[in-house]
Amino acid sequence: MDFMQILEILISSAIFMAAPLIFTSIGGVFSERSGVINIGLEGLMVIGAFISIVFNLAFVDSLGGATPWVALLVAMAVGGLLSLIHAVASISLRADQTVSGVAFNLLALGLALFLVKKLYGKGQTDMIQERFLRTDIPVLSDIPIIGRLFFSNVYYTSFIALGVAVLAWFILFKTPFGLRLRSVGEHPMAADTMGINVSQMRYIAVMISGMLGGLGGAVYAQTVTLDFSHSTITGQGFMALAAMIFGKWHPLGAFGAALFFGFAQSLSVVGTSIPFLEDVPSVYLLIAPYVLTILALTGFIGRADAPKASGIPYVKGNR
Amino acid sequence: MANRLRGLIIPVISVLLGLIAGAIIMLISDYDPIAGYAALWDGIFGEIFYIGETVRQATPYIFAGLAVAFAFRTGLFNIGVEGQLIVGWLAAVWVGISFEDLPKFIHLPLAVLAAAAAGALWAFVPGFLKAKFRVHEVIVSIMMNYVALHTTNYLIRNVLAEEGDSTEKIFPSASLRSEMFEQITDYSRMHWGILIAFVAAFIMWFLLEKTSKGYELRSVGFNHHASQYAGMNVNNNIILSMVISGAFAGLGGAMEGLGTFEYASLKSAFTGVGFDGIAVALLGANSALGVVLAAFLFGGLKMGALNMPNADVPNELVDIVIALIIFFVASSYMIQWVYRRFKKGVK
Repeated sequence: MDFMQILEILISSAIFMAAPLIFTSIGGVFSERSGVINIGLEGLMVIGAFISIVFNLAFVDSLGGATPWVALLVAMAVGGLLSLIHAVASISLRADQTVSGVAFNLLALGLALFLVKKLYGKGQTDMIQERFLRTDIPVLSDIPIIGRLFFSNVYYTSFIALGVAVLAWFILFKTPFGLRLRSVGEHPMAADTMGINVSQMRYIAVMISGMLGGLGGAVYAQTVTLDFSHSTITGQGFMALAAMIFGKWHPLGAFGAALFFGFAQSLSVVGTSIPFLEDVPSVYLLIAPYVLTILALTGFIGRADAPKASGIPYVKGNR
Repeated sequence: MANRLRGLIIPVISVLLGLIAGAIIMLISDYDPIAGYAALWDGIFGEIFYIGETVRQATPYIFAGLAVAFAFRTGLFNIGVEGQLIVGWLAAVWVGISFEDLPKFIHLPLAVLAAAAAGALWAFVPGFLKAKFRVHEVIVSIMMNYVALHTTNYLIRNVLAEEGDSTEKIFPSASLRSEMFEQITDYSRMHWGILIAFVAAFIMWFLLEKTSKGYELRSVGFNHHASQYAGMNVNNNIILSMVISGAFAGLGGAMEGLGTFEYASLKSAFTGVGFDGIAVALLGANSALGVVLAAFLFGGLKMGALNMPNADVPNELVDIVIALIIFFVASSYMIQWVYRRFKKGVK
C-alpha cells in the first residue's frame, strides 16, 4: 500500500465519520452559546436516527431516491420539536440543565426503542433500501491529488456539514440575531435590560440544537448503521459534545474538532491495516478524542472557557 | 414549603406523575395499562425469586446513588459514576482472579477495597482538575467514562482474558455469593453486597451529618468563598469529596464483579447503572435513607419491566417512566408553583 492510498482511505473515512459529529456539535454550540447546557445531544441523535430510519422504511416506495433527503428534513423537524422538552424543563421550569439533559437521553432511547417494538414487533428495524451513496463530486474530483483525496468517493452530506458550519459562524458572529444569542449566554441580565427576550432567545437556540442534533443522528443512521436498534447511537452525541468544547464553543472550531475526532476514529478502525500504525494498540486512538478534550479544558492546548451564563437559569430580577 | 415536607412530597408526586404518564403512553399506543402495570407488579413481587433479584438489582443502584448524592451534597455533579463503576468492577475481578490461596477474610476485603480505590482514582482526575484548574467536573467525568470503557475493554481483551470476551470466574474466596440468600430467595443471584450497601449508606450519613469533615465538605459545596474565608482548604475538600464519591461508585462495580456476575466481560456500551444513579440520588433527595429507598424503587422497576412483555408491553416503557420521573423531580419548581397557587386559593 503506498502512501497516497493510505492517505486516501484515512481522509475519506475521517470525513465520513465526522459529518454527523459536525452537525451535532454545531447544534451544541448554539445551545450553549445561549446559556443552556445540552447534554441531551446524544438523545437528539437517537431521535434523529430513529425518525429517519422509520420514515425511510415507510416512504421509500413513494419517494424513491429522494427518501434519505426527505428523511433528513423530517428528523430535523422532530428533533427540534422534542428538544422543547429540554427547553421547557431547563428554561421555564428552571431544572438543573445537566440533569434535564441526562433525563432527555434516557427518555429518547426509551421512547425510540418502545416505538420500534410497537411498530415492528421486534428490537430493531429492517435495513433501509435507499441510503446515501458515495459519489464523485463533478469537476472538483478531477483536480489532481486534492480531487482524489477530498472530492472522490465521498458523501454529499459531508459538504453540507461544511456549509452548515460556515453558515452557523456567519449567523452567530455576523448577524444581530447571533449577537443577541451570544449576549444571552454571557450576561442575560444585561441582555434583558437592552430589551432582548432572554427566554425566547434560549428557546430558539435549544430548538436549533435539536434540529441539528436530529440531523446528525439521521445522517449517521443513513450512512453508517442503516437500521435502528439500541446500539445505533452509542456515544456519538457525547463525542459531539467533546468536539464542541475542543472547538472552544465556536462553529468552525467545532467543525475542525469533529474532523479531527473523525480522523482519530478512522485511525482506530483502519489503523490495523496501515504499516506503521499496526503496532499501536487501538485503545490509544479510541480514547484520544476524550483525553484531548480533557487536556483542552485544562489549558494545555489553549484554554477553553464556556459561555459565562451557561448552566444558570435566568430568573428576572435576581442579581 | 417546609424542607422536610418537600423532601417527601416532591419525590412521591414525581413517581406518581411518571407512572400516570406511563399509563397514558400505554393507552395512546394501544396497550392495556392495567395489564402492563399488573405484569410489572408481578415481576417485582410475584415470586420470591423476583424479590431476590430486585434486591440484587438495587444493590449497585444504592452505591451509584450514594456516589451521585455525596457529590451533590458537596456541590459537585459526578456524572462519571458510570466510568468509576466500570473500573471498580474490573479492579475487583482482577484481584478476584489473581490470588488463589488467600483466605476469604483477606481476599474478599482486598477485592472490595481494590474496587473502591480504582473508583476513587478515576474520580480523582476530575476532582483534581476542578480544584487546580477550575475545569468543570461534568465534562471531564463524561470524558473519563469513555476512557474507562475503552481502557477496561482493552485490558480484558489483551491482559485478563486468555481467549473469548470475558475473564475467568473469580475464586470463591473473593466472591460475595451467599448460599443463605440464594436459598431463601429460590436461587436468585442476591448476594451479601446488600449488607455492605446498607453499611455504606450509614457511613455516608454519618460522615456528612456527624463529623466536622462532613460539615466542611458540605460548607465548601454551599459557598466556597465563605468556606475559604473561614479557613477551610477548599481545593483539598473538592478533591476529597470527588474521591469519596468515586469510591462509592467503585464499590458499586465490586457488587457486579464479585456478587452478580463473578467475572468481567467486554462491554459494547455502558451498563447504565451509573446514569440511573443520578435518578436514584435525585429521587432520594440526596439523603442516605432516600437513596436506599429510591434504589429499591428503581431496582424493582427495572426487574419488573422484564415481566412486562408477558402483557405484550415493551419493557422500555419503564425506561420512559424513569426518565419522566427525573424530569419531574428536576422541574420541581413546577410542583412548588402549583402548591403555592393551591395554598393561596385555600386562604
